[in-house]
Amino acid sequence: MSSPPSSNSVAIEATNLLYAWPGEPPVIDIAHFSVACGERVFLRGPSGSGKSTLLGLLGGVLNPARGRVCLLRTDITALSAGERDRFRGEHIGFIFQMFNLIPYLGVLENVLLPAQFSPARAARIPGGDLAAEGRRLLATLGLGSPDYLNRPVTELSIGQQQRVAAARALLGRPGIIVADEPTSSLDHDAREDFLRLLMNECQAQDTALLFVSHDTSLGPLFDRTLSLREINRA
Amino acid sequence: MKTLRLAVRSLRNRRTTALLTISAIAISVALLLGVEKMRSAARDGFANTVSGVDLIVGARSGQLNLLLYSVFRVGDATANVSWESYQKIARHPDVAWTIPISLGDSHRGFRVMGTNGDYFKHYRFAGDREMRFAAGKPFEDLYDAVVGAEVAKQLGYSVGSKIIVAHGLGNVSFAEHDDKPFTVVGVLERTGTPIDRTVHVSLEAITAIHVDWQSGIQALPGGQVDADQARAMDLTPQSITAFMVGMESKVMTFTMQRAINEYRQEPLLAIIPGVALSQLWNLVGIADTALMIVAAFVVLAGLLGMLTAILTSLNERRREMAILRSVGARPRHVFTLLIAEAGMLATAGVAAGVGVCYGLIFAAKPLLERRFGIFLDPGGLTGYDLAILGIIIGAGLLMGALPAWRAYRNTLSDGLTIRV
Repeated sequence: MSSPPSSNSVAIEATNLLYAWPGEPPVIDIAHFSVACGERVFLRGPSGSGKSTLLGLLGGVLNPARGRVCLLRTDITALSAGERDRFRGEHIGFIFQMFNLIPYLGVLENVLLPAQFSPARAARIPGGDLAAEGRRLLATLGLGSPDYLNRPVTELSIGQQQRVAAARALLGRPGIIVADEPTSSLDHDAREDFLRLLMNECQAQDTALLFVSHDTSLGPLFDRTLSLREINRA
Repeated sequence: MKTLRLAVRSLRNRRTTALLTISAIAISVALLLGVEKMRSAARDGFANTVSGVDLIVGARSGQLNLLLYSVFRVGDATANVSWESYQKIARHPDVAWTIPISLGDSHRGFRVMGTNGDYFKHYRFAGDREMRFAAGKPFEDLYDAVVGAEVAKQLGYSVGSKIIVAHGLGNVSFAEHDDKPFTVVGVLERTGTPIDRTVHVSLEAITAIHVDWQSGIQALPGGQVDADQARAMDLTPQSITAFMVGMESKVMTFTMQRAINEYRQEPLLAIIPGVALSQLWNLVGIADTALMIVAAFVVLAGLLGMLTAILTSLNERRREMAILRSVGARPRHVFTLLIAEAGMLATAGVAAGVGVCYGLIFAAKPLLERRFGIFLDPGGLTGYDLAILGIIIGAGLLMGALPAWRAYRNTLSDGLTIRV
């Protein structure tokens, strides 16, 4: 199904995973699926393939009917809902297709949001200077100009908004980043640009990246490509 | 704390709706607080009008009627008390002092009251405050007058002003005692009671200006008595309108009241001011209780407006909640966010309402005093006021629980992505 993880520690590991919405046939039935620490995996998932459900399971928002989800060697399916929330805040950064940002917060405030809800993530920031780290991440993603920092996020272009979302996901060095179609609203150049910046930073932080998209042309940029259709038996 | 800050930012983002909601609550709170302030002002005004007087005696009519015309200068007496009866009671060994009252004339809309020097000595208001002179002294000469603070202010009188008393009551009078002008010799300090709106003269003066009047009209020329001729006459009145009694011992008040009410020679009525005041208050109190209930419903309407605004915003904010969730917010954070929002709207509304209420009180104070004789003391917020405001904020928080619960449920079902 997939080659074994190149690194010896595992960031994401789902075993024997089964999920069904109440009263419906299973949407997720995965025997095994894993992503190694620092690995960048492209998961091809067209709409209707159970992608949202899988992300819900990995994020700990949904609890499987059967099977286990281990993230960074923690079995999150054994945790309580509150503990899963805390775990997610601490170890996972999310980037969605669009509408990633809180419209009433500034650029930097959006980036620093995870630190507000997760003290552990704030504590991982070198020197403890949240704002400086936020600005550094924004700068690596090409939004270094102070001009951006003070602008309402609603005035940014979609591409810029996605980069802010990426900076937020990367803040505080989470072990895992899950990106759900983050580039599908971007044009070709912006897409490549965005991916390159995101991957560089993931590599620098040794963060596992699970990149979900239906756009197969992006596959070659990743360490490994998987198809949700193939691993999901449902 | 961080959730509160988020709530503030979120509200600021929706500032038009938020401001409208706050205004609605503010107006309703201002109304409620204003009604409450008016109510306590009216109640205090009532209770403070007369004190230190044990009994008020007048011709037999109703308890309230007697109280109204003798103390509040409202309405008229139906009959008088004869001088003999008054003297008899005044000389009773249990009676310490009496204040005779003779009403029926007016001066440019203000009532003229005939009395004697004991009035200034024994009459008390607002607990144990006695009348004080802002200028001048009590009347001594027959044609001296002492005016209340409001009379002096409105008509611009000071010691030395000449005034003419009109026969009967009412603003415009065609029958004036212009042959016997009075001189203002004293101006009283403001009391916040009907005293401020009264012109005081001696009982003898009331007799003197009516000495040549019969059946409400002045005698024809020839039969008239001029001011100096009147001085030489016996000016002991035949009757007075009412009188107030101070007892040597309070214990004897009820005995004396019963004795006067059973007085054979003349149908008299003695009332205890405190009892009559509370009876009057019960009557008037119904109206302001009704007003208070109306105001409470207006507050409820204001809070329901807030509830509507928050509930309406929920759907468009599901995305916001999902984002917060993805960065580690727990459902309880979302719950707190919305409760905090309701709490802040209610608190801001209450605070603004208090501001509006005090603003209005200060703006309306002169008008209320001038037109209605209501002395509104804005004062601070009483414990009762604070309790009311606390209840409003509490109700706001309670109402916030509904959208908070719904957002909480949405958050749980939406997860990180919204299926809309």
